[in-house]
Amino acid sequence: MELAAGEKEEILKHVGAVLEEFKTTRESLVPMLQAVQKKVGYLPELAMEKIAEGLDIPAVDVYGLATFYNQFRLNPPGRYQVKVCMGTACYMIGGKVALESFERRLDIQEGETTPDREFSLERVACVGCCSMAPVVLINDMVEGRVTPTRVDGLLLEYKDGEEKISEENKEEARTKGADNSSSNEEGERSA
Amino acid sequence: MSVSAKDSYQKLKTAAQEKVKSLNDRPVVWVGTATCGKAAGAVDVREFFKEEIEKRGLDVRVMEIGCMGHCYAEPLVIIAKPGHPRLCYGYLDEGLTRRLVQDFLEGDDPCYEFALVALDPNDFFPTFTDFPRGVYEKKIILEDCGFIDPESIDEYIARDGYEAVAGVLEMEPEEVLRQVKASTLRGRGGAGFPAGVKWEACRKAAEKTRYVICNADEGDPGAFMDRSILESNPHLVIEGMVICAYTVEAAQGYFYIRSEYPQAVRRVNNALEQARDKGLLGNNILGSGFNFDIEVFEGSGAFVCGEGSALVSSMEGEMGVPRHKPPRLTASGFRGKPTVLNNVKTFAYVPHILRKGVEWFKNTGTEKSPGTAVFTLVGKVTNQGLVEVPMGTTLRQLIFDVGESVPNEKEFKAVQIGGPSGGCLPESVLDTPIDFDSLYDAGAIMGSGGLVVLDEDDCMVAIARYFLEFTQQESCGRCTFCRLGTKHMLDILTAITRGEGEQGSLEILQELAEDVKNGSLCNLGGTAPNPVLTTLRYFGDEYEAHIKERRCPALMCTHLVAFYIIPQKCSKLCNACVGSCPTEAIYTRDDGLKAINQEKCVKCNSCLKACPPEYNAVVKLSPPELVEERERENNK
Ligand SMILES: Cc1cc2nc3c(=O)[nH]c(=O)nc-3n(C[C@H](O)[C@H](O)[C@H](O)COP(=O)(O)O)c2cc1C
Ligand code: FES
Repeated sequence: MELAAGEKEEILKHVGAVLEEFKTTRESLVPMLQAVQKKVGYLPELAMEKIAEGLDIPAVDVYGLATFYNQFRLNPPGRYQVKVCMGTACYMIGGKVALESFERRLDIQEGETTPDREFSLERVACVGCCSMAPVVLINDMVEGRVTPTRVDGLLLEYKDGEEKISEENKEEARTKGADNSSSNEEGERSA
Repeated sequence: MSVSAKDSYQKLKTAAQEKVKSLNDRPVVWVGTATCGKAAGAVDVREFFKEEIEKRGLDVRVMEIGCMGHCYAEPLVIIAKPGHPRLCYGYLDEGLTRRLVQDFLEGDDPCYEFALVALDPNDFFPTFTDFPRGVYEKKIILEDCGFIDPESIDEYIARDGYEAVAGVLEMEPEEVLRQVKASTLRGRGGAGFPAGVKWEACRKAAEKTRYVICNADEGDPGAFMDRSILESNPHLVIEGMVICAYTVEAAQGYFYIRSEYPQAVRRVNNALEQARDKGLLGNNILGSGFNFDIEVFEGSGAFVCGEGSALVSSMEGEMGVPRHKPPRLTASGFRGKPTVLNNVKTFAYVPHILRKGVEWFKNTGTEKSPGTAVFTLVGKVTNQGLVEVPMGTTLRQLIFDVGESVPNEKEFKAVQIGGPSGGCLPESVLDTPIDFDSLYDAGAIMGSGGLVVLDEDDCMVAIARYFLEFTQQESCGRCTFCRLGTKHMLDILTAITRGEGEQGSLEILQELAEDVKNGSLCNLGGTAPNPVLTTLRYFGDEYEAHIKERRCPALMCTHLVAFYIIPQKCSKLCNACVGSCPTEAIYTRDDGLKAINQEKCVKCNSCLKACPPEYNAVVKLSPPELVEERERENNK
């Protein structure tokens, strides 16, 4: 994937900071990748190479790990990350239908991002609100009882609306300073 | 040593109690903001309360609590106003919020018409024990969940929190071990291995550097009790880990929490910080000379990492792939050192056992499985949420009394227990008591505690396929049988759900299932066939219907159903179905009736839901050929 102008510097900056922050041992590898993904949104090849260099391990070890774990994404996510719950309760009550509706409307498959990088689509395991099944997360806003009609409504809402601030982020804005360990990506969940 | 651990603790407790008491002199509103509450809009509710209270200039605190387990009624709040019992209200929205502030907090009318339950015994309103659910439920580890502020250690301490640690620190580790063993507490992560035996093995190891790890990976895709406990009462689990560490003489512990649980990670980190501040964690705990600290490791979302040896590898920065046993983790675990790995719930019982006594614990549950079982009760059941019942309660009591049975007058079909490693049990075995051994005999497992109720609309082949697809994707690929066997099984199941099953498919499935079971190194493969085996055993006729008649009896498998609008029932004047169809498959015929273009139909159920109940004109037919048949009949 081609990096946009300025993106490379951005990545190098974050990777540099992460290499400073953690002990450079193999045990730090997963936390490091998590930290980079939190900042950059995904794991660019460049970042993985730099981390491999920093830890003095072969780059394939880093790729191997990044592909093994579901959490890591190798492509940039959309501005809106749509995550359809495929936990047991949601699946049985129409999660698949919701997923297919998004695929149809966004014209992408699960795991892909729209060419304009507005929406990405993936599945997650139980979000923990099965009583509202089927559940969809858009960034970290939870939407319950998502039917195909509701999918259309949601997409309209997000496409046209200004950037929705998620509850989690609103809260952070309020409590800024009290908890500096949380970042914007806090609600991040991927599976 | 001048002060004992108990004295240091008593000081902390007195201070905490005073602090909590001084706060509770005024009215308090507690809003449930665990993930389930947040999803239902609890954050907005909290803000509505704050605004309205401020507007009216009232002296009321608004606090956050975790999950009370009554997820079906979220958002939930508890209001404590001096002079009244604590009252719990559900289904909160802006209107009800204003009403409660105005009438109850400003006025003095508790609005009983909206209250769900009272938390303190009183003469006006029923409490939990007055409901069927309250009769069967017995809360040990969920006791405080949803009733204390998970971000305040003082509330936990004020309710005897960490008292067990204070007591333990004045005992010999051997004595603590004796008690845990005597309690016969069994691990709640799935297999039910006795915790005391595990701890003893670790304690006996020659190597002196030892670790304690809490398994909060919670891989079952339909369960969330571990997360709820960590979000609602993290100190309980920390206290259990400290006791374990003292017993096995470990100095460092870890929480392995999946990174998809950001709120749990945050609340645990916050709790660890507070415990350190109070001298309950870190160096010289309560002045006893014992050192132990805990860190959080965020797991990266691979089901197999819930397995002990894979979990440890992933903490070491490797791929989470299970390895041969022995050696067990207690001999060679994290960094090759003796390690105790227990589930969140297992640790959560420990402080209760040491504080209230072994006999107290063994009074609940059955002889071989003492204590309680915690489930996320979801699916087609009225009262969804977290439940805790004594071991030995029957499945029937759990589903029909605690869960208040299947809604919408549907017929109960099966209950799925234990997630991808568990099985589907039918009506005929509902009198099985819930305990590790009885469930195993019935073909399911206790598992992690996911419990999904299924009704007549749920297809047993589809659910077996769902779990197998999950385990297939999550197989780490190390064992051939697990990797290829599950793939082969999945292909067969997929074919069956599409009406392409062949004679003999079921026999092959059965054989493959046995092979995968026996040929896998870890229990991911070892238990993966369970959902298939139990559905074959109890619901073989559904498989047969799919294969022989290309018919899905539950009308769920989309390849085997078609939607049809009954002309005699369609109103002509109503356009609800047309509007609801996402693919414009529904059209108006020349005679004004609606009909479905089967080519365009994606079988999303929208029209069926949209058709007003007075007409009820949309039906699903299986096999799909029935549609043509019906059309021919109607055109005669
Ligand atoms: C594939 C697989 C996934 C597992 N996932 C979990 C899990 O998510 N949480 C858990 O506590 N135990 C899980 N286990 C069980 C653990 O291996 C281990 O038995 C357990 O954590 C021990 O704790 P306990 O004795 O307190 O139950 C899993 C096992 C396997 C084979
Ligand atoms: S299965 Fe979707 S929220 Fe639980």
